[in-house]
Parts: sequence; structure tokens; C-alpha cells
Amino acid sequence: MVKEENESPNRPDNTAFTQQRLPAWQPMLSAGIVIPGFVLIGLAFIGIGVALLITSRNIQVLELDYTGTEQNSPCFQCSDPDKQNCVCTLQFSINRLFEGPVFFYYGLSNYFQNYRRYGVSRDDGQLYGDLSYFKEPYDQCEPYRYDRNKRPIVPCGSVVNSLFNDTFRLFQIVNGQQKEVPLDGKGIAWWTDYNIKFRNPTVTPLRNAFNGTVKPLFWPRPAYELDTSDPANNGFINQDFLVWMRRAALPDFRKLYRRITEGDYTNGLPAGNYSLEIAYNYPVLSFNGRKMVVFSNVSWMGGKNEFLGIAYLVIGTLCVVMSVVMLIVYAKFKFPEEE
Amino acid sequence: MGSGVCCFGQMFGQQNKREAERRLRANDRAFNLSYRYADNAIKTSKYNIFTFLPLNLFEQFRRLANCFFLFLFTLQLIPQISSLAWFTTAALLILVLSITAVKDASDDINRHKSDNQVNNREVSVLVNGELRTEKWMNVHVGDIVKLENNHFVTADLLLLSSSEPLNVVYVKTAELDGETNLKVKQALTVTGAMGDDTEALSSFNGEIKCEPPNNRLEIFKGTLTVNGQTYSLDNNKVLLRGCTLRNTEWCFGLVIFGGPDTKLIQNSGKTTFKRTSIDHLMNILVLCIFVFLLSMCSVLAVGHAIWEMSEGSVFSVFLPSEPGIDAPLSSFLCFWSYVILLNTVVPMSLFVSVEAIRLVNSFYIDWDRKMYYPKSDTPAEARTTTLNEELGQIKYIFSDKTGTLTQNIMTFNKCSINGKRYGELLDFSGQRIEITESTPRVDFTWNQRADPKFIFHDHNLVDTVRDGNSEAQAFFRLLALCHTVMTEEKTEGELHYQAQSPDEGALVTAARNFGFVFRSRTPETVTVEELGTLVIFELLAILDFNNVRKRMSVIVRNPEGRLTLYCKGADTVIYERLHTCCTALKCVTTGHLNEYAGDGLRTLVLAYKDLDESYVEEWMRRHHEASITIGERDEKLHELYEEIEKDLLLLGATAVEDKLQDGVPQTIEQLAKADIKIWVLTGDKQETAENIGYSCNILREEMKEVFTVSANTAEGVKEELQSARKKMCPMAAEEPKVTKAHSGLLWMQRTETVQDDKVDGEYALVINGHSLAFALKKGLELELLRTACMCQTVICCRVTPLQKAQVVELVKKYKQAVTLAIGDGANDVSMIKAAHIGVGISGQEGMQAVLSSDFSFAQFRYLQRLLLVHGRWSYLRMCKFLQYFFYKNFTFTFVHFWYAFFCGFSAQTVYDEWFITMYNLVYTALPVLGMSLFDQDVNDRWSFQYPQLYSPGPLNIYFNKKLFVHCMMHSCYSSLILFFIPWAAMHDTVRDDGKDIADYQSFALLAQTCLLVVVTIQLCLDTHYWTAVNQFFVWGSLAVYFATTFTMFSNGMFLIFTSAFPFIGTARNSLNQPNVWLIILLTTLLCSLPVVAYRFTVIQLHPTVNDKVRHKLRKEALPGPAPRRPPVRRISTRRSGYAFSHVQGYGDLVTSRRFLRPRKNRPALFKQTDSPLAQNQPQHYRTITEEPEQPMCH
Repeated sequence: MVKEENESPNRPDNTAFTQQRLPAWQPMLSAGIVIPGFVLIGLAFIGIGVALLITSRNIQVLELDYTGTEQNSPCFQCSDPDKQNCVCTLQFSINRLFEGPVFFYYGLSNYFQNYRRYGVSRDDGQLYGDLSYFKEPYDQCEPYRYDRNKRPIVPCGSVVNSLFNDTFRLFQIVNGQQKEVPLDGKGIAWWTDYNIKFRNPTVTPLRNAFNGTVKPLFWPRPAYELDTSDPANNGFINQDFLVWMRRAALPDFRKLYRRITEGDYTNGLPAGNYSLEIAYNYPVLSFNGRKMVVFSNVSWMGGKNEFLGIAYLVIGTLCVVMSVVMLIVYAKFKFPEEE
Repeated sequence: MGSGVCCFGQMFGQQNKREAERRLRANDRAFNLSYRYADNAIKTSKYNIFTFLPLNLFEQFRRLANCFFLFLFTLQLIPQISSLAWFTTAALLILVLSITAVKDASDDINRHKSDNQVNNREVSVLVNGELRTEKWMNVHVGDIVKLENNHFVTADLLLLSSSEPLNVVYVKTAELDGETNLKVKQALTVTGAMGDDTEALSSFNGEIKCEPPNNRLEIFKGTLTVNGQTYSLDNNKVLLRGCTLRNTEWCFGLVIFGGPDTKLIQNSGKTTFKRTSIDHLMNILVLCIFVFLLSMCSVLAVGHAIWEMSEGSVFSVFLPSEPGIDAPLSSFLCFWSYVILLNTVVPMSLFVSVEAIRLVNSFYIDWDRKMYYPKSDTPAEARTTTLNEELGQIKYIFSDKTGTLTQNIMTFNKCSINGKRYGELLDFSGQRIEITESTPRVDFTWNQRADPKFIFHDHNLVDTVRDGNSEAQAFFRLLALCHTVMTEEKTEGELHYQAQSPDEGALVTAARNFGFVFRSRTPETVTVEELGTLVIFELLAILDFNNVRKRMSVIVRNPEGRLTLYCKGADTVIYERLHTCCTALKCVTTGHLNEYAGDGLRTLVLAYKDLDESYVEEWMRRHHEASITIGERDEKLHELYEEIEKDLLLLGATAVEDKLQDGVPQTIEQLAKADIKIWVLTGDKQETAENIGYSCNILREEMKEVFTVSANTAEGVKEELQSARKKMCPMAAEEPKVTKAHSGLLWMQRTETVQDDKVDGEYALVINGHSLAFALKKGLELELLRTACMCQTVICCRVTPLQKAQVVELVKKYKQAVTLAIGDGANDVSMIKAAHIGVGISGQEGMQAVLSSDFSFAQFRYLQRLLLVHGRWSYLRMCKFLQYFFYKNFTFTFVHFWYAFFCGFSAQTVYDEWFITMYNLVYTALPVLGMSLFDQDVNDRWSFQYPQLYSPGPLNIYFNKKLFVHCMMHSCYSSLILFFIPWAAMHDTVRDDGKDIADYQSFALLAQTCLLVVVTIQLCLDTHYWTAVNQFFVWGSLAVYFATTFTMFSNGMFLIFTSAFPFIGTARNSLNQPNVWLIILLTTLLCSLPVVAYRFTVIQLHPTVNDKVRHKLRKEALPGPAPRRPPVRRISTRRSGYAFSHVQGYGDLVTSRRFLRPRKNRPALFKQTDSPLAQNQPQHYRTITEEPEQPMCH
């Protein structure tokens, strides 16, 4: 200590850092930690797996394909692309109570919403309600940027243009009578989407904002008339539009269409026969796509998915097995302690 | 301003490069300027303010990786191709470029500073007849400058005149060639006559014709024409820049070469850039990665084409194909899009991180107090900061001996006088007591002339001498008389000895301390102060030393008129010439000599003989006749010497210790345990080298055999090498097993590796300089290498600097092993530069070795810390870093590859673009840096305790191509988990509020979160040493990830930068889902548990040394510092011959009158420094001619 006081100028500093003596925790893969660790993780995983599996088993899912490629499909006649305003009806029955709240999805397969060129073909400026982008849409929107007459398309781009436009009405057949099941389309999109990310231009009436623009080519009606029943559900904050705009990560996807929470169906869909009236507009046959509707209820862990439960179970079991193997190895081959 | 001048100088310098001959005229600026010679300004800096940016960028873009990223960046600006926003690459590129630029700039600023400092030094220049002080940079060729004592020589000068007699000057050339002894330069008489007469000097109009600028330090050719007479000029008349003037009041010189043309500058700047083997491996890997990247992209492009054909063309309802782009073109574009997307496999930030890690690891070396030498106040220094991890891979060490293993200090340690041993301390039971610092020393204060630095521990000897023991007195009288040392007495009583070998210095100093003070000599007399009384001996003859005689004698007459011959020499030689009456004494002394030799001491035997007056007279007559004969002079003299040196009476023996540096044997032992082979390359003689070999544990008694190769023909050498090899390994094949391979970038380099042969037991090889010369020839080099590499130790004696480098090159070439050369002198420079790593020992023989070294420190023993601690850690850290870095980038990238199969090969990213930008830059940068700066498997004490821990390094175990592939497989597995678990868990399910979960943004967020957690956990598994900083970095980075994610996806950010953050709300909406967290947990454990299980099992089944030590260290307390074992005494019959660094020819010198001419009131010929080192350094004398040179004939 005394020595250190008369330090020479070149003597390096004596700190834990410079001398590489920083206090440290030096964990090791010792048998005492690894083997019990594996057992514990294994047991925990098995527990989680069982819970997940049971939960998943309790979820009811009903998937109905209505692409109409098969001859016997009720929508077969609608699958002809030349047919306009075709409506087909799908009959199905539920043999026990479909517990509510029931969610009503539409699903598409072999549909590449995740294609890069498709994904970027949108104008977030327009969708944010910025009128300057109404005149000159973002160039990535090509070829849905201007129409033939060089008028800007609002909203522009492939994603918008391909908005899913089949509509559904669900009827319960009670004593031969069709009783319409009320479908709730409110709040099916993310709150952030219809409050922050997507905004209508602050022009009233809304349609004035669209002066000098044209509707997307595939759309039957302009954006400000998407929902004729609810004026607040129009423009860029239309819930169906928002659901569509949140593009899917995978080529097979389902999107929320409606919730069944109202009227007599608050507790779910009772057992019985149902008929689904489909306004068949959306062409998917050209690219071998498929369309379906899905009814499902949810649990704390979301929709039905057995994979997660099974995976947890398998891995949990493997962990336990592995711990036994490691125990054997440890007991048998444990390296000699001495030199 | 200064730099402007520099530039001009540089320009002229370059122009002058092609000059065939230099002509200049003294004091004639106009004439000299017409040749546009470079002036004396130097410029080592590369940039100035204006050229910095363009030049530096140009330099940087010469790097392939930087170029590639610039190319990527331009690709990203093409909308059809750009799969990523431009900022993802730009951010990284700018970061990398700016870090490098800052480093380059700071380096260049330092160079500017040192340039300015040198250029602004001042010197007196003779202008128009008067001396004027000028800055160095304003000195021109043809100027006459005046230098004073201790001044640096301004430029390469022709010495004109000096203050000293005979126009000599003394210069120290340490900075130039590393030799610390003073050299003598002598001016021509014709110029010397001008003295300091400024008028004469300024009217001097000599014209010089000489060689163009070059870098040969030892040669100068030219002529000086004065008044129509031409004189030849040689190196002896030239003062080179970089030297320092010593012991000379003043001198005048004519500038011949200035600034960039000087030999000093011409010699510098040619250091080859060293790269580590990891660097080479990395280059290869990067190339492989490029190829791999291109093949991945090709696969995806093909996939894209197929997809376009089968799906894309029909999907055109919703996604019309772009006009003019058909499937082949589209897949071509897709190829480039994927090049952009997958570019993260090419580790661009890797290079920057690697440099940063090396830099900090170099700082650790600079900061290490355990490598700081307090006596000379020298810390260790990592002069090259890019070679650290190679320190952990050393396989061969090439060491110099003098000054490296030894201190080059000789101490008179023991002696045997008349059969009695002195110098050892015995306890009561007769056991030797180890002599340490605290052992009481003999008090020499009774002797006013005693050298205070002389240390002796045995009181008996002093008492014996003072009691008047005649043998002891004769013993020391001999030592005081029989030598070629010269004295200097600066002030009365303050004696300084100039010995030509440190051994002689030690002996004479010993005599001095024991009361026989050698005071002075003239050619005819030697004055000795014997216990306080001055005695003048008449010196009749010096029978000089030579290599054959291995002895020297003097014939002196004492004041009483008694004639005595005193002789000292190698025991073998003297024993043959002893009188028969000494047989008993001889026996006893032999025993002592064996003991001394066993302790590694250098021994000499002393003998004397009283002579008969008449015989001497007659002998002197014949001696005189012989010495003036022309032919066969040496033979005749030899005969005469033989005749008189016989029937000698034995006095005793001396033992001089060639002091090893502290801790050398321990260090060598440690390094040997670490499986590092040590070769000693020394200029010393074989005996000396062997001796030192034993005392520092390089040669050991338990070695099965020490082979000596000393043949004088190529055949002989070959035979000796082969027979040695056969003895070591009779089964070995005749022909060496040579593995030929291609390596390096593009497999262009062809390498040949000689395989090691298996040998039982330890052997050593000692090879002589001339044998080595044969062995290094083309035909024999493989023979040499094979035999030498079978031995544990190789000692090469009498090697030249060039041979040192050749040996290193040989091992480098055929062993593909990492070599380290350590030395301290200018003669080691070639070896230091040739080896992968050069280590300079500072503070002994000038700075030359240090200046060309990569690492320097003051003591050899620090080498073990450098290698076993710093080297090992650096290597470990670098390997861990590389493995982890590749892992994290591959894992990151491969997920994109898998996703391609689900997104129509459209180069859609899996992650958010911001995440892609920040992943390498922010989220994973610090944790891995933390690991590679702090990680240590075991601490330094354990590293020393188990030097075996070092062995994986030289074998390249911690990172190699195999591990790289292993790492890729691991990444592949992780990426599969990372993509397919979220995919399977998400694709057909929904959130707990019924909304769909598998939208792109949620999926991206899930995938990137999983990725980050997985790579972080992997880092945790790799980190062995968790300091607070590591904890902070790891958890901090994760926290930063979540914080930035939530911030970037927040409403506020979206409102401010609308289109920049389209992921608004994703974090909130996704990370509140329990199943998202369940997926993260699942992927994380699925990625890390197999690693844990695998590592655990491997540790159990095949534990490495490392595992064992780590395991042990958990159970035991820290080991104490290694106990200092007392040196083991060897029972040896090996004995040094005349193991003296003695050179022939000094006898003549000291008896010649020339050197001893009285000096006019100048204090000392050689400046004395206080260190005993300098005092004991051999001095090389030159003969100085007194006759004026004859002008050459025209």
C-alpha cells in the first residue's frame, strides 16, 4: 500500500478494469444445475402443454369451404367468373351449442398478401387522410395509381384494390323459418388502426375530399360509401377495410368478419340448422385460391391451435428423457476429478 | 505552411528517386538547388485537411467488404430491386466508415505532430560566414551545419572537422541500428584542418559526387574534390541522421542527403503489414460466405421463377405483373433483391468489431501492472494492436540470448583459490544457503576504490585476502594484471573500466574490490594499487587471446624485478600446461569447476609462472623477431607462446555468472508445459549458449540426448542431422511427410506442411552457425526442420541476423505454425520482422528491436503473461466472438430464407426494417462486445497454474473451418425453429379477442422478438465470466429492444414521422397475447436446451483441460503464487570452455601507443552512464589512423 503512493509516471493504473480483475459470476454447466433444471423445465412444459391442449380441445371451430370448385358445392354456379352479383347459400348444422362469443371469419388460401410488391403497393399518406397524396399518390401504387384518364386513384395500390368483397348473412333455420343472426362488425380492427394509423380527411361531407379522384378499379363503390348503413364506418376507417389492410403474413390466412354477440346469440349459436347467404364476388379460382368461412370461439390463449400444446408436451417429455440420459452419462462417465 | 513545405520536399524526394548520382557543392545553394534535392523536412503523415476525406474514403473503399456494401446501397436505390429501405445498409456503412476514418485521422494527427516536432528542431547552420540557428526543415543539401555534444545529427552529413584530436567524433547509433556502443567517425585531414574556423568553412567549396539516396546503412561511396584533389569518401566519414553526437564538443558537417533521402528515412516505412491467422481464416470465410450468399440467392431466384410461372402469373388478378418484366427478368431482379436482403450473412460490422476488440485487448496489455517493470519504469506495450489473438496460438518461440534471456551482466560469483572454495554460503550442516536479496553483503568500505555496485556475500574471501594469504593475493593480482581492460579516471579516485568483454570487466572489478585495483596502464606499464599501495608493473608482453589458444597471458616485472607470467584461460587448455606438482590441486579444482559448471557459471582457470630474467630476455628477442617477420608471423608467435606457457602453477579458478534475467527458467518451464517449442538463436559460441541453455532450463539433464551439429560440410551436416533423427525415432520414414494444400484467398496459395514425427522423450539440438548455413540451403532445409522439430529445444549458435530470419521463415513456411521472435538488439530485427509476432525487450540494447516489434516489454519473464494470459484470453475471446457473431447473423438471415418459401420468393423481409437496421448496430452489438472484452475461462493465476490451458490455441481448436460449418448448422437449426414454431403456432389461430393474429406485422414482431431472445440466451450460454458490465449489456440490450420497439411503434412516433413507422401499435397489440409469450418461451428453450444438453454431455464424455480446470476451480481456493524453487544443482561434467565473449586483437591495441595518447583536457573518452549494464557492455574499438590520407590519383 505504501508502495503505491509514490507511483511512477508510467505505471499503469491499478483498477479492477485495467487489471482485468472485475468481480464476476462464473456459472458452469454442472450436473447439479443442468439435470434438475431439465427435469423442472420438462415438468413445467408438460404442465403447460396439458393446459394448452385441454384449452384448445374445448374450443369449437367450424370451417366451411365455399370456393365452389366442386360440382356439388352450392356455390359452384357462382364460381364462373363471368357471373355477376351471384348469391349462393350454404347450409350447415350445429349439433351442440356453439358457445359464444362466436367469431365469424373469412379465410383465403394460396393468397399472397405477403408478396413484397403487393405489400408496398399502398399509400400510407393517403390512408392517413393527407389530402396532398390524393392528388399524386405514392408511386409504389402502380399500376393502381392513376386510372386510364390520369385521374388519381384514392385509395391507391394493390392491397386496397383487392379488398375482399364477399358479404355474408347468417340465418338460423327455426321451424323452417330463416331467422337472421345479427352480426356485429364494430371494433373488429385494431384500435390503433382506426384511431391513429388510418384517418379520414377532415372534410365534411367526406365525399368532397374525394373530388377529382376515382375509386379503386375493383371496388363497386367509392371509399366514402363502403358502409351504407353506418356513415361513421366509411372512408379509410371502415372496419372491413382495416381488417383487409392488415395484410397477412402467410399465404393461407383468415380474417375476422363479424362477431356474433347480440340478440339471442349472446351465449353462442344454439344447436340447429343454419344457412349462410353468400354474395359471391371475390374471384379466387384463377390462382387456385380457396375461400372459406370459419366460426370459432376463443379462450385465454386465443383460437384453436393444438400445435402449441402438443409441442409443449413433446418438448417437456424430451426434457425429462434428456435429463435421465444426462444423469446416466454423468454417473457413468463423470470425468475424473484428479489430474 | 509546414505541410506545404513537406509536400514539396516529398515531391522532390520522389523525383530524385531515379537520380543516378548525387553531385553537390558546399556553400553553393544555387548549384545544389538546380538539382532539386529534397530539403531536410520529413513528412510521414498521409493526409491534410483537404485531402483527408477523399483520400481516406478511397483507401477505405479499397476494402472489398466496404465496396460490396456500397454496391448494395446503390442497388437499394433501385425500386424494383430494393427489398430493404436504404437506411438499413447506409446506417451500418456510415458507422463503419466513420469509425475507421476517426481512427485514421487520429493516427495521422499524431504523425503530423511528430513531423512538426522533428522538423522544427533547431540546428546551427553556416550561412554567409556566420552561424545562424535554423529549423531542421530549412536545412538544404550543401549546407554546413554545426553540431554539439548530445545533439541529434540533422541529416546525413559528411564530417568536415571536429573538436577532437585526429578529427574524430563519437556517435551513438542506437536509433539507427540499435548498437549502443559508441562509434568513431573520422574526418578527412584536408577538411579537418579547417577546425572551427568559420571563414575557412564558409569559403570551403569542395564538391561531392556520391551514390544516390539508398537505405544501406553500412555503405557509403563517394568522392570529395577540393582544390583539384579528389579524396575518396566512405561510411567512416559520414554521420547519419538518427545518430547522436557523444563525447565531442562540436563538429561541422556538410549536408549530403536531407529529409526523405536520408538513410534513416529510407530505411523506415517498409514494415510489412502483419495479419493474423484468424484474419486469413476470416478472409477465406468471407469468401465462402459470398459464395454461399450467391448460391442462396440463386436458389431463391430459381424458386421465384418457378413461383412466377405457376402462381404469380395467375395471381395477377390482384397483383398485376409490372409491364415489361417477364419471369426471367423478374427472377433476375429477385436475385439482387435477395442479395440485399440476405447481405447480413456477409459480416460487415464484423471487421470493425474485431478491430475494436483487438484494440481493447491491446490496451489490457498496456495497462497490465504485472508486465510493468518498475526499475526502468517501462510498461508493456502493444505496438501493433491487430495481432492479439495470435498471441494465443504461438507454437514456436525464437529467442535471442544476450539481453533477452540474460541481462548481459557478468558478475564475479565464486572462485576457487588454492583448492578452497569461496563465494558460497553454507549453514551449520554444510548445506548451501540460497543467496537472496536479503542475504548480508560483504562490506567493502575499507577499500576506497571499491566499486559500490559489486556484490559479494562470502566474508571469508575478504578476510583471506586482507590476512595476507599469498595465493589469494596472487590470484587477484593476476586478475588485475592479465587483461586488456583500459581505465578512465574522470576525477581522482573515480575509476571506470572499459572492458571489451563483460567477463573481463567483471573479473577486473572483482580484483578491484578485493584490494587489487587496476589503476592505469601505459603500453609498457600497468599500475595496480595493491591493498592501498601503488605498485607499477612493467608490462613486457601480452600473449593475446585467440580462439585456438583459449587463454591469454601477460609477462610482467614487478618493482622488485621479479618476472612473472600470468595466464588465464579455459580449464582444458590450462590443465595441459600445468606443472606436475599441481596434480593434487588440479583434482580439487576440477571438482569445484564441475560444481560451477553445474550452476551454469562461466569458468576460467588462473595460473602463473615465475620466469627467469635471462630466459625472458632471450624470449623477448625472439618474440620481437617473430613479430616483425612478414610470412608465418602468427605461426611463429604461436610457437613462442606455446613455449613459454608451460609448467604453469595453478592458482585457482573463477566463476562468472552470466546473469539470467529474473524468472527466466520458470518462464521457460511454463512455456514448455504449454507445449510451445523454444529455439534459441544466438550469436554466442556454442559453449556459452549451451551453458545458458542449462541454466535457464532450455536444456535439461533429464533430456535423453543433446545432439550437436557442427560439421563443416553439407554432407557432414546432413549425416549428423539424419543420425540424430534416427536416434530419436528409428521408425521414421526417410522422406519427410509433406502435406501439400492450397489455402488463402481463392486457394491461390500453395502450402507445404511437414508433418511432425512422433518422438518419445525429450531431445535437444545444438547447431552451429556454419552448419546452419549449410542446413538452410535448399536441399537440407527439410532435413533440418524435421530433425529440429522432433527436439524439444533447438539452440543455434553463432548465427547471423539474416540466418535468424531464415530459420524463422523456414519454420513459418513448412510448419504453418504461428511463430514468435523475441529479442532486444538490432541483430534481432530481421527475426522480429520475419516472425508472425515480434517481441522486443526494451531498455537494454537501444530501441531498434522495440521499434520493429509488435509487442514490447522490459523483461523476458513477462512473455509468459503475454502468452499464457493475454494471448490465451485474446484468442479465446476472439474465437467466441467470431462464433457468436456468425451464429447471430446467420440465424438472423436464414429466417428470411425460410420465409421466402411462403411469400412467393418476393424478397419480403420477415422483420421490421428498423429492426434489421438496429439488430447489428444496437440490439446485439454490446452484449457480444462485452463478452469479447471481459470473458475469461479461468483467471490469470489458474492460467499460470495450468499452462496446458494454452495448448488449444496453437492447434486452432476454438475456431476453424469445421467450427464455422458447425456454427452454420447451429444457425440453420435455430432459424428453422425460429421460423417454423411461430408459423405453426400462428397460422391457423386467432387472438384471445378473436381478431386474427397472423398478420404480417404481428408475425414480424413475434419473429424478431424470438430471434433476439434466442441470440441473447445463446450469448448467455457462451459467456463464462459475468461481470456487472456484461449483465448490464445483456439485460440492457434486451430492455433497449423492448423500449425502442414500443417507442417506435407508438402513436407519437407515428404522428411525427407518419410513413417511417408503419408498425404502429403492433407491439401493444401483439405482446399482450399470452400465446405470443408462450411461443417466445418455446422457441427460446427449443434453441437453447439442446445446446445446454450437448455441452453438458460433451463435458462429461470428453472433458477438455479447460473444463477440468474450471471444474477444479469451483472446489478450490485460488492457488497461491507459484513458489520460488531454489535452483537445482546439477551434477554435471559439462563445463564451459573458454566461454567468454572475448575477441582477439585487443592485446595489440592496448600496447599500441595510439589509443593512449594524452588527451587535451577532455574528461572522458566514453561517456559513462550509471547503469552497471552500460558499464559492462562490450566496447568495440577501432584503430584510428594518424597518417593523413593520400589524395587519390586521378
